[in-house]
Amino acid sequence: MRIPYFPGCTLHSKARNFDASARAAALALDIVMEELPEWTCCGAAFPMAADSAMGLVAPTRILASAKEAGKLLTLCSFCYNTLKRTNRVLTTDAERRRKVTTFIEEEYEGTVRTVHLLEVLRDEVGFEALAKRVTKRLDGLKLAPYYGCLLLRPADEMEFDDPERPSILENFLESLGCQVVDFPHKTECCGSFVAVSSPETAAACSARILETATKCGAEMLVVSCPLCQYNLDRAQRAVPVGRTRARQVPVVYFTQLLALALGCDEACLHFDVHAVDPRPRLSAWLDRKSGATVTA
Amino acid sequence: MILHRLKTEDDVIAEIKAISGEDVRACYQCGKCTAGCPLASAMDLMPNQIIRLLQLGEHEQVLKSRTIWQCASCLTCAARCPKEVDPARVMEALRTILMRQGVVHVEIPSVPSQVLAEAPQQALIGGFRKFVGY
Repeated sequence: MRIPYFPGCTLHSKARNFDASARAAALALDIVMEELPEWTCCGAAFPMAADSAMGLVAPTRILASAKEAGKLLTLCSFCYNTLKRTNRVLTTDAERRRKVTTFIEEEYEGTVRTVHLLEVLRDEVGFEALAKRVTKRLDGLKLAPYYGCLLLRPADEMEFDDPERPSILENFLESLGCQVVDFPHKTECCGSFVAVSSPETAAACSARILETATKCGAEMLVVSCPLCQYNLDRAQRAVPVGRTRARQVPVVYFTQLLALALGCDEACLHFDVHAVDPRPRLSAWLDRKSGATVTA
Repeated sequence: MILHRLKTEDDVIAEIKAISGEDVRACYQCGKCTAGCPLASAMDLMPNQIIRLLQLGEHEQVLKSRTIWQCASCLTCAARCPKEVDPARVMEALRTILMRQGVVHVEIPSVPSQVLAEAPQQALIGGFRKFVGY
């Protein structure tokens, strides 16, 4: 299967571990992620001011460039949210669609469906089929799935999963053999872009999530957004002394686990870019699993 | 304490509606938005208070509050509102009103160099959209 892929502004640099592991894992499942030949940033935050069309220009141009395939794959929750919400505006607000498409000098009727890799795995590969493709099961690895905000909300526009009790990440992790840790803050905000204006406020949001996840027994957190990854991973440096429970929890992308479980070349994992290195945790798990000393 | 509306002009309510599509008059003050807001502890006015003050015409107080700049647009409030008001959109409208007047909440050179160096691009772009303007 070939599918047009929009990496967005972060996946080629700060989140190359996300991009590289996703491409390798997809390829192992016979999915070729074909990067759009020309693309710009989508604008990251969906512009909620309904009286302006300017913020819709970039995402509309991106959507229009995938109109032949009718489908566009994204990994980042921000891109997924922005492209999907923009498309909703374009299909429901004829005046703004006319304004934007006139400006970019391109016809676009809102026909492209933005899909997340998790949806492709669920709907096109199928989690049961995926479980059969796994060559290195992650049996007994205790993981807390963390959704954050933008994959789920607003629910009527995202149509991704239940906004209060989602299950797609859990089902995905189970298909790899992982032990899913349920915890109460999995749809709570990590602090998002407030990390730019008040890093300490965002770190406090993230600390609360890390603390409950570890209290519930998680060895690692699993995310699908580079900003969640950054906030949760880096917040662990800023967590006040005394809140040690919240310390040293690796935060990994679901694609890194997928690549690991499918036996992809470990060069695609880029664990070296993490603030909290997942490798010691993975070796401890491997030791536990096999009873032998193995390096992850 | 203000219990009834002292000001009668609806300019700001109308402007918020034009920008966000949200009608703050629908709110009946159940407080679910505040109860679920992960950023509430960093706010001076709670999300439901913002809506209430707008209903009362006290928009000057609202536009001065730090609350509107603490909102992370996570949309938990909107997901839980029984009256289908989206407080996050209202916050965006309030920031938009100020930014269109030239208010800049975050001066880019004041962002710590470590954040500029380490934060993912989406955080900078998203943050500058929310705090600096287009």
